[in-house]
Parts: sequence; C-alpha cells; structure tokens
Amino acid sequence: MSISRRRFLGWLSAAGAGTTLGRSAHAAGGTHFTGYPDSLGVLFDATRCIGCRKCEEACNKVNELPAPQKPFSDLAVLEGRRRTDAKTYTVVNRYENVPGAKGPLYRKIQCNHCLEPACASACFVRAFAKNSNGAVTYDESVCVGCRYCMIACPFEIPTYEYDKAFTPRIMKCTFCHPRLLKGQLPGCVEICPAEALTFGKRRNLLKIARERIELFPGRYLDHIYGETEMGGTAWLTISGVPFRELGMREDLGTTPAPELTKGALSVVPVVASMWPVLLTGVYAISQRREKIAREEQAAAVAEAVAKAQAEAKAKHTEAMAKAEKDKKAAIDREVKKALDEAAKAKAQESAAAAAADKKPS
Amino acid sequence: MPDRKIVIQKPALTPFNVVAGIIVAVGLIITVIRFTQGLRATTNLSDYNPWGIWIGFDLLVGVALAAGGYVTSAACYIFGLKRFHSAVRPAILTGFLGYALVVLALHYDVGRPWRLPYPFIVQQGTTSLLFEVAACVALYLTVLFIEFTPAALEWLGLKRARSIVAKLTLVLTIFGVVLSTLHQSSLGALFLIAPSKLHPLWYSPYLALYFFVSSIIAGLSMVIFEGSLAHKHFHDKMDAEHLREADGVALGFAKAASWVLAGYFIIKVIGIAQTNAWNYLGSGYGLWFLVEMLGFVLLPCYFYAIGAREKNLKIIRRTAAWTVLGIVVNRFNVGMIAFNYHLPSSERYFPHWMEIGISVFVVTIGILAYKFIVTHMPILYAHPDYDAH
Repeated sequence: MSISRRRFLGWLSAAGAGTTLGRSAHAAGGTHFTGYPDSLGVLFDATRCIGCRKCEEACNKVNELPAPQKPFSDLAVLEGRRRTDAKTYTVVNRYENVPGAKGPLYRKIQCNHCLEPACASACFVRAFAKNSNGAVTYDESVCVGCRYCMIACPFEIPTYEYDKAFTPRIMKCTFCHPRLLKGQLPGCVEICPAEALTFGKRRNLLKIARERIELFPGRYLDHIYGETEMGGTAWLTISGVPFRELGMREDLGTTPAPELTKGALSVVPVVASMWPVLLTGVYAISQRREKIAREEQAAAVAEAVAKAQAEAKAKHTEAMAKAEKDKKAAIDREVKKALDEAAKAKAQESAAAAAADKKPS
Repeated sequence: MPDRKIVIQKPALTPFNVVAGIIVAVGLIITVIRFTQGLRATTNLSDYNPWGIWIGFDLLVGVALAAGGYVTSAACYIFGLKRFHSAVRPAILTGFLGYALVVLALHYDVGRPWRLPYPFIVQQGTTSLLFEVAACVALYLTVLFIEFTPAALEWLGLKRARSIVAKLTLVLTIFGVVLSTLHQSSLGALFLIAPSKLHPLWYSPYLALYFFVSSIIAGLSMVIFEGSLAHKHFHDKMDAEHLREADGVALGFAKAASWVLAGYFIIKVIGIAQTNAWNYLGSGYGLWFLVEMLGFVLLPCYFYAIGAREKNLKIIRRTAAWTVLGIVVNRFNVGMIAFNYHLPSSERYFPHWMEIGISVFVVTIGILAYKFIVTHMPILYAHPDYDAH
C-alpha cells in the first residue's frame, strides 16, 4: 500500500492535534489532584520537638476548649498514650527507648488536613469542606451525627461529643481556620518555642523539608510523611527514626480516600439503568414462555379433539354404510322371499290346475 | 391444632407475652436514658469505635436479613416461578418490618436523629456511600410499604385501592431489586474507604459484591427459617395453597441457596488471591476467617445440597438457621470484629448492656408486629374475595 505525501502529512497533523487534546483532557480530568495552588501547611520536625505541651495549651486557649483536668504544665500525662478527644484538638505523645534515638522522642497529633480528605468524601451531608487555604473545616449546623467520618479517617482524628444528648458535634482541629483568615498563625505554630512547627505554603514546606534532609542526612530519614500518604496532607512530618516508632502508620498507601470508593459509586448508574432493562427482559421471556406453553397446550387439545371427532365420524359413516347395506340386504331378502313365495304359490297353482285337468279326462 | 389456636387468641400471661412485655418495658426505659443522657450513658462507643452493634447488628444484619422480600418477589413475579407465590407475602412483610426497624434503630445511633432527612433536603453528600445507602433504604422502605399494602387493604376491605396497587406489582418488584442491589452492596462498600482499619482478610475491593451476593443467601435462608417458625406457631392461619406450596418453597430455595453459597465461596477465594492475603490465614484472625468460610459458607452449601437432593426438610430448616447465623457472623466481622484490628485490646469495642437491650427491644417489636399482622391480615392465606396478583 502506497502512502501519498499528502496523506502522510494529514496523519501527522492529526497525531499532533491528538497529543494536545490528550494533554488538556488530562488537565481537565483532575484525576491527579495535588492540592489547591498556594494552599498552606505546617511542617512538624520530630527531631526538634521537646514535648513541652505548649502547643496543646495554646490550642486549648485559641479554640476556647474546656480546661483539662490536669494543667498543661504537668508533663506526667506524657507517660500514657493519648489521642485527640472531644475536648482536645491536639496532643503530644512521648516515645521512649526508640532504637537509634539518644533520648525520648515526641510527636504532635492533630488533623493532617488531607489534600483530598476522607472525612469530607465520606460525609453524606457535606458537613466537611476542604478550603482553598488548605484547612479542612466542619459545619455543625448540618451534621446528623452518623460518625462515618470517624470510620473513614485513616489518622483517627475526628472525635465525637458522646456526652451531649441534644447537640453532639464532631470535634477536630480546624487548622485555626478563623485565625488564618485574619492573617494570624495557628495557635500551636505561634507558641512553639523549639521551632518544631514551620508554617507556610505547602510547596515551600516540601522544599524546606528536602533541604533539611539533604543538609543533615544523618539526622533525618529520607521521607516526608504526608507528601504522598493518602494522596498527600497539608501537615508534613520529618523524623530521624522510622515513623512507625512514633506511632504513625506506614501502610496507608498513596491512594486518596475518594479513589477508594470511586469504583463502587460508579456502579450506581449502571445498576440503575441496566437492571430494569434486564429484569423486564427476563420478565418478558418468562411471560412468553408461559404464553407459548399455553398455546402449545391449546393446540394439543384441539388436535386431540379433532382426531376424536374424525374417528367418530368415520365410525358413524361406517355404521351408516353398514346399516344401509343391512337394510338393502333385508329388502333383497324380503323381495326374494316374496318372489320365492310367489313362485311357490304359482307352482302350487299350476300343479293344482294340472291335477284338475287330469281328473275330467 | 385446636388447643394451639386457643393459646394464640388468649391475650393472657403466656410465657411469650411476659418475656416480650419485660423486654419492651426495659427497652422503653433505655430509650428514655438514651434520648435524655446521650450516647455516652448508654453505649460503649468511643472515638476509636464510632460504630457499635446498633450499626453492626441493627443496620448491617437487619438489612441483610430483610433481603427475603426482593429475592422472593423477584423469583415469583420476574422469573415467573409461580410456585413460590404463597411465599411472597410473608417475605414482603418481614422485609418491610425489617427495614422499618432498621430505620427505627438508626434513630438511636445517630447523634441528632431529627436531622436524618438533612442529606436529602439540606445538602446532598453524593460522594458518600452512606448517601447511597440512605437514599436507597428510604426509597426501598417506601416500595416495601406499597408492596405490603394489598394485604392491609384487603383486611380493611378497600377493594378499589387494592386493585390499583396490585397493578403496580411488576414495576415495584423491579424497582425493589434495583434499590436492593444498590444498598445491599453499598453497605459493604461503606468500608472501602478504610483499608487501614479493616483486616486484610475481610477488606477487599469486592466488598460491595460480597455484601450483595450474601444478601441473596440471607434472603433465601430467612424465608426458609421464618417459614419453619411460622409453621410451628401460625399453622392454623395457613390456607391450602400455602400448605401445599410450603415444602416446594423450602426445597427450591435450599437448592438456590446452595448454588449461591458455592458462588460466594468462589468469589471470596478469588478476593483473597486478588489482594494476596494468603499469609494472614495462619494468624488468629486467619483461623477465625476460616471458621467463617468453612463453617458458615461451605458447610451450609453442602447441607443445603444434601437436603434438596434427599428432600429432607429437617436438614434444610436447620441449615437455614445456621446460614442466618453465618450472615450475623459475617456482618459482625466486617463491622466490628475485624474492624480496628490494629488497635490494642484495651481500645477495642464491646457493647454496653443497654446497647444489647435496645437491639433485643427492636427485634421484639418486630416479632410482635409480625404476630399482630399475620393474625389479622391475609398474609399466610389468600383472601377469598380477591384474585392473586
């Protein structure tokens, strides 16, 4: 097959147009979301945290949360393992005897403000919002209290006010969203005396984290926790020991939460549109099968009746013919009998006449 | 049978009435505590364990066991298996009661039950599988209610309304199958969002399929199980058609359940292969998983087949009860036992007695409602004044 120059050029331009179209389609499809541009984040450096609990105190104050049972200056609470609860948006835990660490290590826990939050994806009344500044916020005015967000969150952050009978809320760190809007720092970042928390644009924080890892390769592991975990989070962590030693899960994967349920949700229109068609088809088939069965039954009955009728008719005709024949035979017999009798009578008559003739002569 | 009839009609202090009365009284007291003191006072729910038996049993098990309605009506009206006709009304009734009780139980579980319509009327969280569940359960409860009304309308003698509803039978049946497919499967898909919390032996991308297929098993088994109970207690309410067809229903459903169980077992094995979770089989959870798979899937599959082949109703009825228990085990595993498997035992969930109390209370209300309806309405017998629909 020969290819003309013109046709070849045509193909070439079509291919060129195809590549540009493909690229723009990918960009518009949004399958690879890397966060809102210039969204904010915080870098937590686990090698710098000294476990002073100042961040907990500041968080409690700026968010107007109820006062804890033990004061924030009491470091004995670090003995146990704590998590966020309905009165605490952030906690610091202490990890002792970690292999490769000289002293105790600390880790701050709070909402990581995922780029594609599981809680927001799971909420059936859209009570959660991912704001363009990076904060994941919650709207209690619509919350039903199903607590599916708590099931969904891979970091086990959202908590619930189980004590309240009439107005229970989900409680979680807001990234100090109201303060961010006023141009203020999050409470915890502002107070941290050890500069363990660095606030900034997420993309800059990733650069800073990488710089630190490159400058002090002995001090840090070559991983930024939150860069890709669950599709990426606004809060990032760097550490000198494996993250599991600080109670962080290393098996979360890089798939953002909405991806996990996308397949199941995409089945909905297929079932809703195909099932009625298929089921009506099945119904039609079963109806038709019944109809054919009925028709066949009717045909069989009709045939049997017709056959019986034909047989009866044949029998009838035969009987009639026989009767006719019998009748004819009877007539013949009668006629013959009459003739015989007549002949006999005639013979007797002639004999008598002959006898009478003989006597006078 | 005459003496049994007398027992049913007497509203006196029979053991059943006494026990039911105590359960209802306790349930009402817990209800008051729940709605005045909150969830902390009545449940062992925590920040790690936001869902307990009110979801694991009342919702997950309740919906699965109410699947008899769509399974039976689809077999009779869509697949044209008319010999199951007498089983449709009892199945629709239990389906309707089951879903109504699921919705009732949800009022206890969610924090602000008066906001349950919010996902429909205020803001729609369409990215949530829970939205799909909520929408389908709400719609299907309506469908089941309409499917149930012919019996109530015959009882009330409203011939005109009854004949209109009877004409909708096919459309309602198809709608019911669509809605059931969607929400039975999405109850499993609820857990797809938490791969890090559900044990790898139970977590699978096929979770939605597992929940749907096992709901068919649950539906078939519940019809047999419930039929055997109805025969014991409401024999005198059954007409000749029901009694003539009952054994055939049990045999046919046993055969179907055996096949579906076999298919379910195979897709479960494929799921393990797909996520390559074989190595977990050696662990403690693996042993429990094997108990579920061999004891509650393969074993009933085998005994259903034997029962159907030898026409042994005794085997079939016992297998049905065992399979229903197996569904409970499976839903408990996904919702509670294998969920949060990574947490230390001190953080794991065990229900508060009041949670169990409410679940028992809800089931008791269901039994009482069933008893009232089958003794008053044409469920186990066809009303002589009306043609079948």
